[in-house]
Amino acid sequence: MLSSAPRKMNSGFVAWLRRDLLLAYRRRGEVASPVVFFLMVSTLIPLGLTPEAAQLEKVAAGMIWIMALLATLLSVDGLFASDYHDGSLEQMLITPQLLPLPILGKVTAHWLTTGLPLTLVSPLLGLMLSLPIDGYLPLLCSLALGSACLSLVGAVGAALTVSLRKGGLLLSLLVMPLYMPVIIFGTATVNAAVDGLNWLPPLAILGALFAASVALCPLAAAGALRVTASN
Amino acid sequence: MSQAPLLSVENLAFERDDSCLFSAVDFTLDSGDVLQIEGANGSGKTTLLRLLTGSLQPSVGEISYLGQALSECRYNYLSDMLYIGHQPAVKLNLSAEENLRWMVATAAQSNDLSIKDALTQVGLAGYSDIPCYALSAGQHRRVALARLLISQARLWYLDEPFTSIDKQGVAFLQSCLQQHVAQGGAVILSTHQDLALNGLRKYKLLPHIEQGV
Amino acid sequence: MSWLSKLFSKLFAKWLPNESSSWQWFYRLGSPKWFYRRSGQWLPWLSLAALLVLATGLVWGLAFAPEDAKQGNSFRIIYIHVPAAFLAQSGYFIMAIAGAIGLIWKMKISYMVMKAAAPIGAVLTFVALFTGAVWGKPTWGAYWVWDARITSMLILLFLYAGVMALQYAYHSIDAASKASAILALVGTVNIPIINKSVDWWYTLHQPATIKLTSAPSMHMDMFMPLLVMIVGFYLFYGVALILHTRNEILRRERKTSWVRELVNAKAGL
Repeated sequence: MLSSAPRKMNSGFVAWLRRDLLLAYRRRGEVASPVVFFLMVSTLIPLGLTPEAAQLEKVAAGMIWIMALLATLLSVDGLFASDYHDGSLEQMLITPQLLPLPILGKVTAHWLTTGLPLTLVSPLLGLMLSLPIDGYLPLLCSLALGSACLSLVGAVGAALTVSLRKGGLLLSLLVMPLYMPVIIFGTATVNAAVDGLNWLPPLAILGALFAASVALCPLAAAGALRVTASN
Repeated sequence: MSQAPLLSVENLAFERDDSCLFSAVDFTLDSGDVLQIEGANGSGKTTLLRLLTGSLQPSVGEISYLGQALSECRYNYLSDMLYIGHQPAVKLNLSAEENLRWMVATAAQSNDLSIKDALTQVGLAGYSDIPCYALSAGQHRRVALARLLISQARLWYLDEPFTSIDKQGVAFLQSCLQQHVAQGGAVILSTHQDLALNGLRKYKLLPHIEQGV
Repeated sequence: MSWLSKLFSKLFAKWLPNESSSWQWFYRLGSPKWFYRRSGQWLPWLSLAALLVLATGLVWGLAFAPEDAKQGNSFRIIYIHVPAAFLAQSGYFIMAIAGAIGLIWKMKISYMVMKAAAPIGAVLTFVALFTGAVWGKPTWGAYWVWDARITSMLILLFLYAGVMALQYAYHSIDAASKASAILALVGTVNIPIINKSVDWWYTLHQPATIKLTSAPSMHMDMFMPLLVMIVGFYLFYGVALILHTRNEILRRERKTSWVRELVNAKAGL
């Protein structure tokens, strides 16, 4: 008999997370491109600025952060795009789950495939840009937290622009101002450590930003998807 | 249980940016019914189905499920509903089996039929491990239709389900619908195909006529 | 969002004796036609008030207020700069609140107000930045200094630009309104965070030496005209917002009979 089976109480978080991770695994080449971008731009910095270690180490933290931001922006554009085009986004909108949870699943997958790799290769960049040794651990910690914020806030922008044909550029316009606090506290964490100061306070604020983003961004993205994807 | 029909649609109208697509859509659906929505291209068949799934909001009118307004019973309604849209929601980089697995994982309920068996029944026996980009459009639709076999939902909304599937597939889908209806389910579908099903009713969507606002 | 409006009406029902009559003004305000008629009546008075207050403030501030001991006459630009910066910030909140009302109560008019508020706010932000740069040259010796306030203002300009760009990106008016309302709300949550972090960033890099204005330490003779100017700017903002909203109403409601009658009546004259 129909409808007599007990309902599975699932949030949709795991299902969407697993699906997106599997998809990312299938498109390994595409997923690697933000990381490659991240590495390539860092080669441009010594060419454009100066190869002198003394000057590079001053800008290293800021440059790594800005490149991480750009690399995230590049990839967050596609967060909902392919789902929108093949109809699976609409399926997501009509599942009985609370919409923020599947979205959080997708964002988590995005962070695991973009933010985390960027964080992991960042020491290499620090080496290339002669970041002082004290800066590595704060760089890793701040990038791990901060790139999660970038993914979460980016998801709101991606949701707002998903049904637009040229949404990518607009997305960066919408999201960039919202990224400024993350950049400020991210670089401040690293610079504080390099200057021999206590780097935990700015990292704690980054943690607070992350907590706020986790709570609010999936909600905003859900609202945005309901408006834009049904258009 | 109660006399309230499974689904009732009252005086539904949809307008977008001040132009009305259709208005005064009225019908009820009971278990055992198959409702075929007819209408010219652009008459709003897909929009009507999307209003029923709740992804669009009607401008006027109300949809109620078992006598309750949709906003009152959203979770129950959505758990009891299955919608297959124009696009089959098939991910090209996943195999048929993987596609079906996440579709089932996000659904509220499913029966005991295994994913392998469902794929065999829709005629994709040897294809379950192949990435979907190697399959044809008709096969993509079959992957989506395999959801019907696993689903426990009472209400099926199918938007042009017969697109790009072959004669055999059409016959299979019809038998599927027949079986679902016999079990107490109900179906609303949009298609231009002539169907031979018990309990089939038709609803013609007429374009809205401006009455000089 | 419908649950939110229900929640609101439930909350307020406790204090209001008769819900339907006390809320009538609110729903009537939601009718574009009603708003258009009423605002037409307010507009002359509001414009007159704005004109008078602005004129008073300008003459007072530019001619009668004492000269600043350190900066001389160049400080007088604050009579434009500070009110513009003030309105630029509150304009964003006005825009976001209008958007929120639209999302919660599905009121068409509030989306129109929201759309009208965006360019006005952006222009005021630009005015604040421009006057800041003009003032910065004699004071700091450079047109552009990465001061905390200026940087916050610049980010505010970007936020306005985002809302406007999103507004124009959609073909459907409905989707454009809702999407930019959500963005405006996200921006509202962010503005205090952005301002605080920029302040923090600024103190980290260069301790604040000159502050543009610190109201309490200002002499009363200088401060009073500034206050008048702020009030004048608010009035001016109101006029600009109403004018812009009326424009938007006519554009969106052009197919309705009352707008047609209005146009025919004008053409007949």
